Amino acid sequence: MNELAIHRAARSLAASRFPAHPVAGLAGTSLKHQHLASILADDTQRGFFEVHAENYMGAGGPAHDALTRIRRDYPVSLHGVCMSIGGPQPLDKTHLGRFKALVDRYEPALVSEHLAWSTHNTTYFNDLLPLPYTPATLARVAAHIDEVQESIGRPILLENPSTYVVFPESTMSETEFIRALAQRTGCGLLLDVNNVFVSATNHGYSALAYLADFPLDHVGEIHLAGHATQADDEGDLLLIDSHDGPVANAVWILFENVIGRCGPIPTLVEWDSAIPDWPILKAEAIAAQAILDRHAQGSMSGRANAAR
Amino acid sequence: MQPVDHKIHHLGSRLDYAAGFTPALLDPERPPPAIVAGPNGKAAGKRYNVYRNNVTVSLINALAAAFPATQRITGVDFFRAMARFHARATPPTSPLLFEYGHGFPAFIERYEYAKPMPWLADVARIERAWLDAYHAADEAALAPEALALIPPENLVDTIFTPHPATRIVRSRFPAVSIFAANRKEGPESPVEATAPEDALVTRPGLEVAVRHLPPGGAVFLLRLIAGETLGAAAAAAFSDYPQFDLSASIAGMIGAGAFTAARQGD
Repeated sequence: MNELAIHRAARSLAASRFPAHPVAGLAGTSLKHQHLASILADDTQRGFFEVHAENYMGAGGPAHDALTRIRRDYPVSLHGVCMSIGGPQPLDKTHLGRFKALVDRYEPALVSEHLAWSTHNTTYFNDLLPLPYTPATLARVAAHIDEVQESIGRPILLENPSTYVVFPESTMSETEFIRALAQRTGCGLLLDVNNVFVSATNHGYSALAYLADFPLDHVGEIHLAGHATQADDEGDLLLIDSHDGPVANAVWILFENVIGRCGPIPTLVEWDSAIPDWPILKAEAIAAQAILDRHAQGSMSGRANAAR
Repeated sequence: MQPVDHKIHHLGSRLDYAAGFTPALLDPERPPPAIVAGPNGKAAGKRYNVYRNNVTVSLINALAAAFPATQRITGVDFFRAMARFHARATPPTSPLLFEYGHGFPAFIERYEYAKPMPWLADVARIERAWLDAYHAADEAALAPEALALIPPENLVDTIFTPHPATRIVRSRFPAVSIFAANRKEGPESPVEATAPEDALVTRPGLEVAVRHLPPGGAVFLLRLIAGETLGAAAAAAFSDYPQFDLSASIAGMIGAGAFTAARQGD
């Protein structure tokens, strides 16, 4: 942690290319290219935008042009999707270098990655795959988080996953595992409330009990998203983290429960598939902002997070 | 029984869960891995299939996003079946999905059901080049005035630096016309062209442009891109295409923003 603090102090001396744009207490949305013209045509509004880091890892072109324009007017959250932090193999140093370059270039208000993996050997599977929760995997994942944080010079927020299977070899609960990671690495947490609801439904436990066990004081960002429904082999409900529709009522209720306990935390509405027109996505963020604003008074101070 | 149990135990016991989890992801014939289960004694079959489906469908979607004209030509069902074969046989090796699909045109060329559309692979090659150009580094293109400053007697020894976005796609078919007709918005327009067409793909600003090169243009530009002098490139183009128009080709390549700099060769 000391090293990280030194890194940050050194960085703050360097000239910033963008305004600071604090993200505290704000709701935001995924940034989708089809919405860019509408967003830029709108008067600058309250809120922030989150991008998937990998989509901005090309050398140049319209993607960087769009992100630069957005970053001038808004706080930006950089959300990594495929660092494969939860995988057993060493991190891809080239990919980590690209990630660091984006952090340096865009000075994002929030930086996050997933408790999941997506690459095995050289194959990239383009999905957030699950891992067993054991002391051995804890040590490996903690080392990966340390490596990322040392590379980029600041803590990351780690996101809890949506899962569909269990590993019988697991000896720790997910909340226990995540709490230990936060303690060992100093990372913050990205609490995806939809993922909590999806996993709780899929594995037959209570979402409220999960949240009661979750180290909420480490949460620096919240995700909300829509999910889809299928059935498992026994014909029971199986929820899919599909990001292709509005946030479900049950997820809004859990969200308000968390905000009621923690005060406002930057909250992002994800919508990555069957993407609607901008006003529909914007309305979801406005609904989240209303809940954050309702709980703005008497919010906790001294929250540990990776926001700047 | 003993060795099988031992293997399962081995796979599930340490840090090799990725080796245990992945083999069935792209192979629907394999059973779900033994290291995973449903909760409370439930089966893992349909649950593991969520991951299988996410992987395969997201890769098909990535190909569909990169090759929209190809999909429009074949129809969605045909395209997705073809893309599924490719994704399972050749999944990405980079987490940057905009780099995926460089092997797809060659796969299309070998794909049995696409044989009646022999030009389809070249349309896909133009689309892949389009996406390369889209994400290429931003650099200012060589201004026409810069070329005008070179004394005419030195022009023959001039060497050009290609713009990072510049790509050439050669085709034995009217691939540029077919690409253009199927890439634009609105109703399909019939393609009348039948002659071979070569494409020049550039992106001097933020817009990718695809141009149909005149005869000899591709030979000329490929030589320049390879670092040969203008004189050598022009000679190669004339040799293959006696009707090659040098001044039109120079004007065209500068107008397209295909190069960033010009210097005297040795």
